[in-house]
Amino acid sequence: MTTDTTTKSPEAASVPPPGAASAPKRAARGRRRLLTRRDRFTLALMAGVPTVLHVALVWVTALASIALAFTTWDGIGFDSIRWVGLQNFEQLFNDNPQFWPAVQHNIIWFVVLILIPTPLGLFLAVQLDKRIRFSRVYQTAFFLPVVISMACIGFVWQLVYNPDTGLINSLIGANTPGHYIDWIGDPDLNLWAVLVAASWRHTGYMMILYLAGLKGVDPSLREASALDGANEWQTFKNVIFPTLRPTNTVVLVVTIIEALRAFDLVFVFNKGAQGTELLSILVTNNIIGESSRIGYGSAIAVVLLVISLVVIVPYLVATFRKERRS
Amino acid sequence: MHLPLSGLSAPTPSRRTLIRGIGGAVALGAGVPLLSACGGSGTASDPKTVTVGSNASDAVPKKAFADVYADFKKQSGITVDVNTKDHNTFQEQINSYLQGTPDDVFNWFAGYRMQFFAAKKLASPIDDVWAKIGDNFPEAMKKLSKGEDGKYYFVPMTTYPWAVFYRKSVFQQYGYTVPTTWDELIALCKQMKKDKLVPIAFGDKDAWPAMGTFDQINFRLNGYDFHVQLMAGKTSWTDAKVKAAFDHWAELLPYHQDGFMGRTWQDAAQTLVAKKAGMYLLGTFVAQQFTNKDDLDDLDFFPFPEINSAYGQDTVEAPTDGLMVSKAPKNHAGVLKLLEYMGSPAAEELYLKGDPSVVAASAKADTSAYSALQKKAFDMIGGAKTLTQFMDRDSRPDFTSTVMQPGLQKFLQNPKGVDSLLASIERQKKQIFATS
Repeated sequence: MTTDTTTKSPEAASVPPPGAASAPKRAARGRRRLLTRRDRFTLALMAGVPTVLHVALVWVTALASIALAFTTWDGIGFDSIRWVGLQNFEQLFNDNPQFWPAVQHNIIWFVVLILIPTPLGLFLAVQLDKRIRFSRVYQTAFFLPVVISMACIGFVWQLVYNPDTGLINSLIGANTPGHYIDWIGDPDLNLWAVLVAASWRHTGYMMILYLAGLKGVDPSLREASALDGANEWQTFKNVIFPTLRPTNTVVLVVTIIEALRAFDLVFVFNKGAQGTELLSILVTNNIIGESSRIGYGSAIAVVLLVISLVVIVPYLVATFRKERRS
Repeated sequence: MHLPLSGLSAPTPSRRTLIRGIGGAVALGAGVPLLSACGGSGTASDPKTVTVGSNASDAVPKKAFADVYADFKKQSGITVDVNTKDHNTFQEQINSYLQGTPDDVFNWFAGYRMQFFAAKKLASPIDDVWAKIGDNFPEAMKKLSKGEDGKYYFVPMTTYPWAVFYRKSVFQQYGYTVPTTWDELIALCKQMKKDKLVPIAFGDKDAWPAMGTFDQINFRLNGYDFHVQLMAGKTSWTDAKVKAAFDHWAELLPYHQDGFMGRTWQDAAQTLVAKKAGMYLLGTFVAQQFTNKDDLDDLDFFPFPEINSAYGQDTVEAPTDGLMVSKAPKNHAGVLKLLEYMGSPAAEELYLKGDPSVVAASAKADTSAYSALQKKAFDMIGGAKTLTQFMDRDSRPDFTSTVMQPGLQKFLQNPKGVDSLLASIERQKKQIFATS
């Protein structure tokens, strides 16, 4: 946004033309300039600073990492950046034993979140919406995990899953040689163990979103369906759920984002070791460190970016189309 | 990458550390190496001050270093201005830190990791310091302190060996003897299993402990030179010798503690403390887990048994920590004085008074105040023909952290798939080492 566009706004136009003291030449040319120099400066600052920050921190970094994805760079001096074309991607797709599992795990992450905690959250929301007794208490209890940061959740669940001293193995006696359950290390188990923790949090999140959606359902709809003799399930299926459509869209987007940005929980849990690899963790492992592979890490980040765009662009297109229509 | 320094436990990175690390990555991504935020302050040009960037963020080494610097000030009148950063963060940001405005001197590790920054011209050679302190160190330490160009870049301070730890009382109770050969080791493991002990305690949740086992088997079986060549990326991982090392490991693996992928080294050490495990291969920092004095006195160790008589037990894995000089120190004269002092036996003795979990790198340091364990560690290092550092200090850290850590974990999960695993490691190694 530039100052020129702001001068055309109706509010600005209503301001009486100042700056009469300025030179006649300037006044003649600048008749439409209705703002003082100070106003323009303030506006430029207000619009300019965020723009510069946004461009520098979002666009430049995003474009820089796309460019770096086609190079190798150890992060020491700019002269060590070397153009390698598609080599990083070739290596990633063909030779990196962690890449495809990571993609797969991100997808599993999304599928599990949409199939288990989301319906569960909806179920809880519907129950709580009936204003049962102690509704507030339940609401708080289910929502509590959402308030805690993912990193803390990781620590808490580690205490539950710890193979030697954890809650589960201690209770069922699975911490003795011979019959051992390694919740954190076993590649067939650990992803599901982490997903339980992620779902534990996601359920509360979904519940609160649906609860808000349900509060917006017109009570007369329920009344009408009751008069028509619909039972509870029929009311929900044919009346309530269709009105939750906007909420469902939000839920879908939120869940996709959760699946793509999954990182902290796993990083705390076992640093994305065998069985829990995620794209975000691969990016981190390659970029952070003493002699980093910034080009290679950027290539993974670009893959993540492309996946995100594939998901987000259709959503934005649909949303904007709807807005334009209304 | 997450190897504890000076035998002090590296805490799991806190979220803040993590975020700071990511911040670093973002800044690098944008090509702005601006993370030297706590670099030399305005006082750096002051001839009476030397700045030191320190990764000794744990309480014990931090205090021990402070005592040493206080003594240095008394002797020379030069103040040491220490900028301490969280241990893991320091490591993650070293790259951008050294490119920005680093402190005059910084804490670092010997070996390939030192050579890497020396080769990148991010450190200054200090041959003039070594001309004065050279006599204080054994030959193996001198070798460790040189860059690839043959110049000295590093002053070693402390070190600690990796070995097989056990409890004397357990060995006594069952009548075990210390194994000196591979066959004896396997026989002992079998016997321990019969006696309902876990033969070898093990935890690889942090992914680096497995590297220690590989190092021991590889240099015992194939010798120091082969190990160094392999670590430097000069020998193929598909070599039959490497395969043989993994075969030995596979033979030993059934005697390792169950469920090691989800266990930290601290938890594994607890099985040794509780006398449920017979042995544990780790660095001497395992002693930190022996909080009870009687238990600690009961702790002993032996060098990893011989596999190939051509090499015997002549190599010791002894990660060494010390100091380096940044590329353009502001107070050059002060830096020389400080490093000369730090390379003296007196400075090391003073440091060890505050942090007795490690031993002196100098051969001349007074060992009279050492515990039995420390004395043994010191003798073991002094008697070694060759010293290795640790896989992630002897090789490119980007290779070890992104390829070897997951690779070794994969092997531990599925020892039978070693052929395809080694082929995959070799392919990835070539790619990484090609970028140099």
